[in-house]
Amino acid sequence: MIGLNHYLILGSILFAISVVGIFLNRKNVLIILMAIELMLLAVNMNFIAFARYLDDLAGQVFVFFILTVAAAESAIGLAILVLVFRNMRTINVEDLDKLKG
Amino acid sequence: MEFTSFVFYFFSAILLLSALRVITARNPVHAALALVLAFFTAAGLWILLEAEFLAITLVLVYIGAVMVLFLFVVMMLDINLEELRRDFWSYLPAGALVGGLMVVQMFMVLGGKNFGLATPTPHDADYSNTKELGRVLYTEYVYPFELAAVILLVAMVAAIALTHRKRGDNKRQNPAEQVKVKRADRIRMVNLKPRKAEAPKEED
Repeated sequence: MIGLNHYLILGSILFAISVVGIFLNRKNVLIILMAIELMLLAVNMNFIAFARYLDDLAGQVFVFFILTVAAAESAIGLAILVLVFRNMRTINVEDLDKLKG
Repeated sequence: MEFTSFVFYFFSAILLLSALRVITARNPVHAALALVLAFFTAAGLWILLEAEFLAITLVLVYIGAVMVLFLFVVMMLDINLEELRRDFWSYLPAGALVGGLMVVQMFMVLGGKNFGLATPTPHDADYSNTKELGRVLYTEYVYPFELAAVILLVAMVAAIALTHRKRGDNKRQNPAEQVKVKRADRIRMVNLKPRKAEAPKEED
């Protein structure tokens, strides 16, 4: 039988993989955005597992809103990425130091 | 092994392998395609959890729209991969340490002792997940739902406003100028003396 903890551990492994992905691809904004999408997927997996095992639809509603916000986030993120590339001809994070932070 | 267990482990394995492929792929196009596979297997797992509507939404919205957007952007940008891949693996020890610690901690917290809820009984065959979700979405969560619509609108406006490029050679009207115009700029009243129209010349 598949218990709730199976899904939770699957979600945590997925989340850890995407954290490692951000570490590895620290120069490539595109892959960082993809790793963020993976993180959101891991979180959604937890929500849906809880919604199923506690028999409460609130978790699924929350996933619905996370999907909405994630779609908006990736649209704006990719628009900014295109704009950065158009202006600086690079998406390397290390070159994006105009603000001198 | 039971069939649902087999499906769970099979899909989980594909999901984790494709997630690993996303973060290690050399070519961003391959990473995007691996992400598509990850979303697809996640949709399969969600169907296993009886969240059919969200699984289909994940396929339609995420794979159909967001990932296609990603692929568009990946193919549009002319990226110097060598530069981005330089000392790619140098942060692996730190990353693997953090990730491994996270997994171990989560494993200790989420082990079967604390979260080992038994599998709930499956819903009846005529149970409609979409109907139930729509019922709570349009009653209890109607304000968040409308807020989500506004967020999508704002995102659309922002994406267009950010990436829209003005062309120099198009002839478009400026509505502000059009609204600002006065009557005196357009017409001039001329005081003409009334006179009798000349009779048309007769031609023979």
